[in-house]
Amino acid sequence: MQIVDRRLNPKAKSLGNRQRFLRRAKGEIREAIKDSLRSRKIAETESAEKVTIRSKSLREPSFSLGRNSGLRDYVLPGNEEYKVGDEIPKPQGGAGGRGNQGSPDGEGQDDFTFTLTKDEFLDLFFDDLKLPNLIKVKLKDLKAPRLVRAGFTTDGPPARLNRTRTMRRSLGRRMALRRPSEAELKRLEQELAAAEAETPPDPKRIAELRSRLEHKQRLRRTIAYIDPIDLAYNRFDRVPKPTTQAVMFCLMDASASMTEPLKDLAKRFFMLLHVFLTRYYREVHIVFIRHTSTAAEVDEETFFRGTETGGTVISTALEEMLKVMRERYSPADWNIYAAQASDGDNFHDDMPRCLELLNEQILPVCQYFAYIETAHGERFNDTVETPVWHGYSEVAQRRRNFAMRRVASPEDIFPVFHELFSADAAAA
Amino acid sequence: MAAMMPKKPGKRRGNMRTLFDGSEWTFELIRKVHDVMGEIALGELGLDIYPNQIEVITAEQMLDSYSSIGMPLMYRHWSFGKRFARDEAYYKRGMRSLAYELVINSDPCISYVMEENSMTMQALVIAHAAYGHNHFFKNNYQFQLWTQPDHIIDYLGFAKSYVAECEERYGQEAVETTLDAAHALMNQGVSRDLRPRPRNVAKREQEKAARRRAHEEATYDDIYRTLPEITKERATEPPEAQNEQRRLGLPEENLLYFLEKNAPKLEDWQRELLRIVRLLSQYFYPQRQTKMMNEGCATFVHYVIMNRLYERGQLTDGTMLEFLHSHSSVIFQPSFNDRRFSGLNPYALGFAMMNDIRRICTEPTAEDREWFPELAGSGDWMEALRQAWAQFRDESFVLQYLSPKLIRDFRLFAVSDDAKEAAMEVKAIHDEQGYKDVRRRLARHYDVSTQDPDLQVTDADLSGSRRLVLTHRVRNGVLLDKTEAERTLQYLAQLWGYRVKLVEQDVEGNRVLKEHEALPMP
Repeated sequence: MQIVDRRLNPKAKSLGNRQRFLRRAKGEIREAIKDSLRSRKIAETESAEKVTIRSKSLREPSFSLGRNSGLRDYVLPGNEEYKVGDEIPKPQGGAGGRGNQGSPDGEGQDDFTFTLTKDEFLDLFFDDLKLPNLIKVKLKDLKAPRLVRAGFTTDGPPARLNRTRTMRRSLGRRMALRRPSEAELKRLEQELAAAEAETPPDPKRIAELRSRLEHKQRLRRTIAYIDPIDLAYNRFDRVPKPTTQAVMFCLMDASASMTEPLKDLAKRFFMLLHVFLTRYYREVHIVFIRHTSTAAEVDEETFFRGTETGGTVISTALEEMLKVMRERYSPADWNIYAAQASDGDNFHDDMPRCLELLNEQILPVCQYFAYIETAHGERFNDTVETPVWHGYSEVAQRRRNFAMRRVASPEDIFPVFHELFSADAAAA
Repeated sequence: MAAMMPKKPGKRRGNMRTLFDGSEWTFELIRKVHDVMGEIALGELGLDIYPNQIEVITAEQMLDSYSSIGMPLMYRHWSFGKRFARDEAYYKRGMRSLAYELVINSDPCISYVMEENSMTMQALVIAHAAYGHNHFFKNNYQFQLWTQPDHIIDYLGFAKSYVAECEERYGQEAVETTLDAAHALMNQGVSRDLRPRPRNVAKREQEKAARRRAHEEATYDDIYRTLPEITKERATEPPEAQNEQRRLGLPEENLLYFLEKNAPKLEDWQRELLRIVRLLSQYFYPQRQTKMMNEGCATFVHYVIMNRLYERGQLTDGTMLEFLHSHSSVIFQPSFNDRRFSGLNPYALGFAMMNDIRRICTEPTAEDREWFPELAGSGDWMEALRQAWAQFRDESFVLQYLSPKLIRDFRLFAVSDDAKEAAMEVKAIHDEQGYKDVRRRLARHYDVSTQDPDLQVTDADLSGSRRLVLTHRVRNGVLLDKTEAERTLQYLAQLWGYRVKLVEQDVEGNRVLKEHEALPMP
């Protein structure tokens, strides 16, 4: 008998099967994720996700006997009162529930629930998305210099001693200087002993052998086995790792006209953006700016959870953004992105100022500026134009790095997000 | 049901030292328990087993094994990933607990035990799998006839690397399409009557595949293109349809075999994949045919061994109680009107039948003498059981050994269900007139060949339209599930490469009840 402990065997033996399975169900899983966005808070997407899909592409049909034709026999246990000839009414939904043959065929398998890990979920969620025009404005980052092998040196800490090189050099030097080997000395000693043991002894030969031996021994003493000049150490260089620096400005209208549902839409959008950026662009900085009739940079918590009301002056947010840029994110060094959400209302005198700021100061230095307009369902058609939408439309026509979309309900968010950041659009 | 509860355990009177106390297991303990059980199983019960290999695994690994239909090695396919995802979801929601053990019909016989098990459970599992199932695998004629346990692991290794190699050469998607289709036809990949030729081992398979490729390359000659066309005269010779049928070996029930040999458009590697799926299906066929007996045998063996150990004083009272608790839940049989009912429990019926045979041998009643004249009072119950385990499958076993007493104990009754009627009719119950009828009907229920649809390839035109015709011989008017049949037929058409027709006709063959057709998609 043999006992084998398999517990430490490599885990996730079926990972290959899992990947094949996810690839196959990819389309349906993404549908399911989109659906789940309606009911779920985005913040929850950071945890593992339970997904239920209609498993069209996961069907495994086989020839099986149908349930609604013909004659069947069953043998059942636990008879209490039945006699031969008694009739038993069939249970609702056909006799299948009571039958003892085989598994339910097909029907029960159409809905298929399983759990996606957080990584799998986000991978599918943000599949094909990326930040557009992420040009390497400037390559610099002092955070993580990488160590790169760079040949050898004659000096260094013992841990970096390169033994092979050192020994190779030592051997060469010893050969060049004719340092006698142990075996050579031994042979001479033996010869000497033999000469001395000879009868009669030959004093001349003994003297000669002796002086040769002494000479060799002196050589061996003076020529070191390993000399400091043999030493070779591995050398490493610190190479700064080039990374692209990017900053995303999130601008949100928090005024009174933004009702709670509208704010919720905007927040959901930014949540998505936030998860996307933090997951795929570790170096991306995110700046949250919230505005009413005044604007302020706030932290993440306040941005998503805070409540505030007031009037609406969008230009304040744009100015705040420019201020932050001047202070911390010089366009010369940074890729700059911005996403703005509002309900389309603005203090009417403010529009020209907004457009001027956008056209002359922001868009020329921005990689990409996305505008999201949240709207109530009934307002969601192209005939009704909000002041901001009207004003921005002109900009969108002239500027390729400016995009605008409308969002009326939670299920629009993912498609719109996808449109704004799809890899195709980014390549254009 | 009270009648189903196991007999009270024997008195603990032996004065041997207890093997273990407490629930912690160790490797030494497992070894010791295995060896001591061997004294009983091999010495007293006369079991005959393959050498044992016990492997300790985690819950996650158990789920892994589940998803690859219990095999230690398996080729890659999305359906195994799907199964894993589903089982994992069930397991995490607590809807399903994992089996304590999994055993593979191989030589040496591999039993998986879970690390979460208590020592009592490990002992139970060793008795159940490493002795019970092991003996059954080695001695039952179905397994001897159809499986080669010393080769299966090697063969799976070959299958795995072959599929991986195909994925590399021809792309994951192409391999997946072929395997999907083959899986759909898996139940029709079994030859029920013919003894298969000796199964090739991994190395022989590999050599064959390589030879086939080499032959193809060596015999390719461009000059064949220039051969003169067959003259009109010869081509119009009346096709000897009957000859062709005979040449193709029609009718053929093994669809995968037929496609592997005759499908006109398949590549060689695709034929090899069909063959892999077919051989796996064939390998599992004995298990489907002997499920109830196999579990009955293993359950009976673990019950006897544990009781013997207890009698010898080698188990503590606590261990015995824990064992009895899990034993009785394994053999629990809810009544048909119970919410928990999901068919006859093979463990319950199997164990009860084994116990019953022992009873008939040792304490027969007048009824038993009338029903089982040769068995009743013969005394050597272990010999009788070993014989039954070797020579029967579920269907014939029920037909031979199900006693009136058991029918009464289980209160079995037979109903017939006509889809056209609003109610089912009781045909037989546990009374003098009903015993034989109940037994016959139950035996038929265990006959796998009547549970699967009776499908055969009946016609294939290889020279003209290349249409393939399948016939479903409809028993008792039970037609195929329509949507499932059409989806499966589509897969079949994909493999065949041309139009495929499925005719459902009654057993006499003179009335067509339904027809389906499928064309391969480009």
